[in-house]
Amino acid sequence: MAGAVSIDELRRWDERIRALAERFGLDCYPQEFELCDHFQMLSYMAYSGAPAHYPHWSYGKAYEKLKTLYDHGVSGLPYEMVINANPSIAYLMRDNSLALHILTIAHVYGHNDFFKNNFTFRHTRPELAVAMFKLHAERVRDYIEDPSIGQDAVEEVLDAAHALALQCRRNLAVQRRAGEAERPAPRDPWAAIHPPRQAAPAPPPRRIPAEPEEDLLLFLRDHNPYLAEWQRDLLTIVHEETRYFLPQMETKIMNEGWASFWHREILNALELPPDLHMEFLVRHNQVVRPIPGQINPYHLGLRIWDDIRRRHDEPTPEEIERYGPPDRSGMEKIFEVREVDRDVSFLRRFLTPELMRELDLFEHRRRGKERVVTRTAHGEGWREVKEELLRNVGLGTVPVIRVVDADWEGRRTLLLEHEHDGRDLHLEYAEKTLAHVHRLWGREVVLRTEVNGRPTLLVWGEDGFETREEKRPRR
Amino acid sequence: METIFRPYSESDSLRSDRSAGDRQRHRRKVLEAIRHNIADLIAEEAIIGKSADRIVKVPIRSIREYRFVYGENAPGVAMGDGDTREGQVVGRAGQGEEGPGLAGDQPGVDYYETDVTLDELIELMFEDLELPDLERKMLRQVPSERASRRRGYRPVGVQVHLDKRRTAISRIKRRVAAGHHHRIGKRFPFHKDDLRYRHRVPDEKPSSNAVVICIMDTSGSMDTMKKYLARSFFFLLHRFVSSRYQHVELVFIAHHARAREVTEEEFFHKGESGGTMISSGYRKALEVIESRYHPAHWNIYAFHCSDGDNFASDNAEALKAARELCEVCNLFGYGEIKPYTLHYESSMLEHFSRLEAENFHAVLIKRKEDVWPSFKALLARERRPAAGA
Repeated sequence: MAGAVSIDELRRWDERIRALAERFGLDCYPQEFELCDHFQMLSYMAYSGAPAHYPHWSYGKAYEKLKTLYDHGVSGLPYEMVINANPSIAYLMRDNSLALHILTIAHVYGHNDFFKNNFTFRHTRPELAVAMFKLHAERVRDYIEDPSIGQDAVEEVLDAAHALALQCRRNLAVQRRAGEAERPAPRDPWAAIHPPRQAAPAPPPRRIPAEPEEDLLLFLRDHNPYLAEWQRDLLTIVHEETRYFLPQMETKIMNEGWASFWHREILNALELPPDLHMEFLVRHNQVVRPIPGQINPYHLGLRIWDDIRRRHDEPTPEEIERYGPPDRSGMEKIFEVREVDRDVSFLRRFLTPELMRELDLFEHRRRGKERVVTRTAHGEGWREVKEELLRNVGLGTVPVIRVVDADWEGRRTLLLEHEHDGRDLHLEYAEKTLAHVHRLWGREVVLRTEVNGRPTLLVWGEDGFETREEKRPRR
Repeated sequence: METIFRPYSESDSLRSDRSAGDRQRHRRKVLEAIRHNIADLIAEEAIIGKSADRIVKVPIRSIREYRFVYGENAPGVAMGDGDTREGQVVGRAGQGEEGPGLAGDQPGVDYYETDVTLDELIELMFEDLELPDLERKMLRQVPSERASRRRGYRPVGVQVHLDKRRTAISRIKRRVAAGHHHRIGKRFPFHKDDLRYRHRVPDEKPSSNAVVICIMDTSGSMDTMKKYLARSFFFLLHRFVSSRYQHVELVFIAHHARAREVTEEEFFHKGESGGTMISSGYRKALEVIESRYHPAHWNIYAFHCSDGDNFASDNAEALKAARELCEVCNLFGYGEIKPYTLHYESSMLEHFSRLEAENFHAVLIKRKEDVWPSFKALLARERRPAAGA
């Protein structure tokens, strides 16, 4: 079927799909589809879909890895790739069959609607996304070409910045803009009739930061006076791009489930001829099938969306007894949820114990050389299984590490603290990542954590890395 | 709401290989990482004595992308196939494997392994040495038969070299000479004298040949470990010399109190007993050089591995022979292998310290890890213009 589907044909199908999407109530940005071959698709994947992106070896590594997996048939290519932009940009594989194109286009509209309406994406300024990537790329290239800086120096900072990028604020409602400055005082229209209030000089801060700070990159940028302007700029760039991608990490299950939900609804409404419909069913089941031993976000998301709708449209008597009669239709409910939740709240609110049992969710832990099931949703432990699941989605997979003191023990040592929640840090990774912090801070860096139940300090100083058991009682 | 379709454009695709630069950068990092691990790899027994196209798996740790991640005590959640029970084993824990869990968002354990052929590896190793090309030195050059080139035509030859055009021309000439040219159409057969063959002569280009003379102490005190270390050293030396010269010959000389030339197999596997006279090995080497490898035609690399346990009475003679070897060799090295520090053992290193030839180098090897640094040190000597050249 290589290249068999013409643009005109796609356009005709797209019109029908778009009309249906609108009728169902999806609210999308304008859409652009670009047809590409598999080399281009691999490239887009390596750069997270960005049409332009600053250079870094890790993207070359990502490309090689994807290509190896693809060449050896370990994994196929995604049928599509959509980026959160206005207009929304999606890539279609030109070799795909017609049925696959139809499915993909419908799926894309689901993502498009989600990007436009889910609250976590509010701050991402999608109309500027493409321009942002391009500007960042230009700035990074300028630094690389600058003879006084050069590729190695740029790479060193980017390596460190990438290592720390996810150590950022978790609460998406609290956004600190990159380069945030003190805002000017609100204008006082009556300044003429009363003398300006003499601002009391701020007392010298007893500790920097005043509150533990989660945004490692911004903290290092703003508090290491020895960083050059271009180094600060690189940290800003990486921070901005992370902020742009974070909502996608935070809503993976919802978003994939939502797009799968809508491609199914739209394709069923299209009344496809039997051969196309058969192929669609096969493809659809490939995408949303459960994968034992893993969690397929397409599958989990879709099942929850379906369950929410069902519970509002056709609740069972027990459900009415437990949750009360539904106050709105299933459709109204899911549109509301797609706006106000992210994966953690979505799972917390809508993953019912019944559904967990149906999905056969379980918790597993390492025991010796194996991973062993420790709790299942069938037993009493479903609550714990659910809590564990919540800790394993989105930023829950990233340890919480905060800057506590930039002048620890009066030595300008940077003290970081890991909020230990029962999960130890991977020590080799912690050591190497601390080396990056050390590089950006320029002085000793200490990470306070717990290893095997003991309070431990991981120290990166002038003599390299060491671990110390912490003697002092914790505050 | 409007939709735009951008058609596929092949030229865009060809032009849009934008990851090329990043891929190249990544590859370079991989090579750097391999180079970084070479001392470890050389210490691995497996690569010594294996064929050149064998594939070596090189674990690379330095191009992982580190960040803060949870360790192995972190539990995960997954989906079962319907009747998962507590206590059931669902997978392997451990590195390299992204255990069950949410794939994709998790950084995963980046365990990178790459396949390199032994040849590539060796090449990288020698690149790592940053050695100047030996070819830049004045070489002793000998003609070597490699290819042949054309040199006209001749009436005798083998069928594959038959030149049909020339043969046809000579037939026409003969016909003209015979006065048959008016009678076109009349048969005028080929004659044996018409046949013309392309003549090929061997192309003689000056190139450089080398011989590696491996001398080893096979006396009773050389045990398996010592032999292994010696072998690693000879292996590297042979590979190194082969990478520099078109044609390299190997000579193995085993000695204890007497020396003899042996096969590679015997050299490494046969143990003998008896006392040690190092000079005997050197004398034998000199003898071989004199009879087969004239220094004017051959680049000679000699290396001697021993545990240094020599008859005291032989030391002066050994030193004298070593001096003579330095005169005829590009490089003469002595490796003393002492895996265990035993104070009462004698050492040749002291005696050889009196040998002041530029192209002599002595190294002490205690452990596997010493082989590569010692080898590097040896070749550092080679970098200087050899005294005998």
